[in-house]
Amino acid sequence: MKHKTFFWFVFPSVLAMLVFIALPILSVIVQSLHVEHEQVIIEVENCGPFGCTQSTKIDTAATEALRAAQPLGRWAGLTTYFDRGHLALAEVSAAWASADGIGDFLGQLMNLPFYKAMAFTLTYTAIVTPLTIIFGFAIAVAVNSVARMVRGPLIFFTLLPMIVTPLVGSLILFWMIDARGIIGTALQWAAGDPDLSVKASTPLMWIMLMVYGVWHSAPFAFIVYYAGLQTVNQDTLESAMIDGASRWERIRYVVLPHLMPLTTFIALIQLMDNFRVFEPIVSFSAQAHATSLSWAIYNDLGGETRQLSSAAATSVLTIIGVSILLSPVLIRTWRDFARK
Amino acid sequence: MTIWTKTALITGFALLQGTTAMAGCGLTEGRVSIVGNEFPAIQTVAAGAAACAGDGVEVKSNLTADHQKINLAGMTGNPAEYTSAIIANSSIVALMNEDVIRPLDDLIAEHGADIPTKQLITIDGKVMAVAFMANAQHLVYRKDILAEIGVEPPKTYEEMLAAAQMIRDKGIMPNPVGGAFAAGWNLAEEFVNMYIGTGGEFFKPGTAEVAINNEAGVKALTVMKSLTEYMNPDFLTHDSNATSAEWEAGNVALMNMWGSRTGVLMDTEGSAEVVYSNTTVGGPMTVGGGTTPASTLWWDGWTVAKNISDADAKATFVALKNGISPSILNDETMGQAVWMIDGYQPAPVNDGVFAAIAAGTKPYPMLPYMGLLHTALGDNLAEFLQGKESAEQALADAEAAYTAAAREKGFLK
Repeated sequence: MKHKTFFWFVFPSVLAMLVFIALPILSVIVQSLHVEHEQVIIEVENCGPFGCTQSTKIDTAATEALRAAQPLGRWAGLTTYFDRGHLALAEVSAAWASADGIGDFLGQLMNLPFYKAMAFTLTYTAIVTPLTIIFGFAIAVAVNSVARMVRGPLIFFTLLPMIVTPLVGSLILFWMIDARGIIGTALQWAAGDPDLSVKASTPLMWIMLMVYGVWHSAPFAFIVYYAGLQTVNQDTLESAMIDGASRWERIRYVVLPHLMPLTTFIALIQLMDNFRVFEPIVSFSAQAHATSLSWAIYNDLGGETRQLSSAAATSVLTIIGVSILLSPVLIRTWRDFARK
Repeated sequence: MTIWTKTALITGFALLQGTTAMAGCGLTEGRVSIVGNEFPAIQTVAAGAAACAGDGVEVKSNLTADHQKINLAGMTGNPAEYTSAIIANSSIVALMNEDVIRPLDDLIAEHGADIPTKQLITIDGKVMAVAFMANAQHLVYRKDILAEIGVEPPKTYEEMLAAAQMIRDKGIMPNPVGGAFAAGWNLAEEFVNMYIGTGGEFFKPGTAEVAINNEAGVKALTVMKSLTEYMNPDFLTHDSNATSAEWEAGNVALMNMWGSRTGVLMDTEGSAEVVYSNTTVGGPMTVGGGTTPASTLWWDGWTVAKNISDADAKATFVALKNGISPSILNDETMGQAVWMIDGYQPAPVNDGVFAAIAAGTKPYPMLPYMGLLHTALGDNLAEFLQGKESAEQALADAEAAYTAAAREKGFLK
């Protein structure tokens, strides 16, 4: 393709990426490097239906003047990234100095919001991603081997968890695991403990969130693998059968290598999605047990006083985290590409 | 455009128009656009304001539980999308901090001389909002169960705990205490109540420096932890809605609950006869021998946006004044709230809020940085209640989280 033709061919999508991806990210980065002006506080008397009290308020005229002079706010550099709400450098080094033993240090680390969120986010990503791939593949192989007649309805039902809106799907599960819900009661009966409550126990809540995560995203892996299975070379399979390969050996040596690029694709998408785990934490009201980076952003923006710079810094850290997580897969893909 | 999007748009416009009615109020021009929380009392006020729509006057309202997430953004532009936000004493602060609401003194002099002074929210000598209803948390109890154990309705949290122990010992209910202890806003609100009850101050006087990691803070948390021992083990996921559901299911006999929610508990819907007919409200409770009730007083009121034309401001003021005029009170609306409107006659469901006012309950602090502390408390107290860390550590964490946030917002150096 000529350079000029190529340029005009990709121009619309490059423009769209600049406007809808690059510019917003740039604005978030700029926001994260600034904090609000120093507030000018004045003492005032407040009166209302319940009497008068001495109180304080922001001197809006003075704040207005500061804003007009510096519309972006005060330059803060990386201080927001390093404060207690994010990387907490001062707190981490203090914990390192004072801790007796690595266990105590980790305990103190888990008391800081960023590391607490990272602990859950990484555990969630590390467990849900492989399970999604394994379950998705197993379902795809199973569905592929049933009679053609029932395949259509079967595929539809298998896809249901993905079709259901995440918030609604996790709310349904939330009610089922309630101490009086069907799963909650069953667990109490199985454990022989009438006081067992999934919602009150941190380990059980983590497990529940991960079960939900696998339940919700396995259909995605399934449908990709199922499409891939339709392209497996039948001649190779038949010759393997003639050579006496068992069903397992055919899957292991013929089907799996054929589907490897799809596994990379699913792993990429799932790593990204799972690192941004958010909806189940909100619907399970799980914030007392598990938080994630996305939840922290939501929490910063949802309070009565919005913390825009804090949310922006967490967003940039999320982007960095996703890039680090994806780099092995991306490097591998690039090597494969370069070899060809 | 597909036929579906067209239909959706037309439906959307029809819904918006649905809140526009025809009448007068002596206005000839102006745009009124109200944003606010969604519960029956506020719907009544918005409907009363909509009665002023007519020739040249447009009145619309957007009432949603997510109002706090949109009101500031919707009032920042010039002209502002919303000409009025219905807010409470905590949420007015966010609007004042960003300077998006206007003083109402001129409008009151011209069009509102008859609004009683007690309804005017005056800050630094300027009227910034007009309150129309009061709210507070107070005791709600089952009179049949208290009679069964032979105990008077508790006046203190210590009496409440003793009664809860008796109910459990007699095998009437395993978890007789309820409460909106969901991690986040609700849990922080319960701490604010309890901390005020123990006589604590949230900040060093006249500064934004937080001061909750003290004896009063530890005492407040200890009482909260004792209460959770009589609660459903899922208490950290129970907001006001879930707590009300527990009550209606007959699982709870004692709780501290919002006055604005007692109407639902005492009506005949959603619960068995034995539950709703025995549900009774009491006053707010004190804690640890203190005299200040462990509760906060709240008002709901309306504001007028700053970034709108004077004609729109006048229309907004007149329409909302009509929305809180005595004419909106009828058999249906009377029990929806503790109205501050002339002609309001209290019903038994409202006794708790009146008792809270009479007992000298403090209003929720209206400080520019209180919202940040509330968020920090909501994020950091759950670990103590779960038994994962000490009360001092939880309070220190909340203080540290607040300080980081207050630095970023420019309240602290």
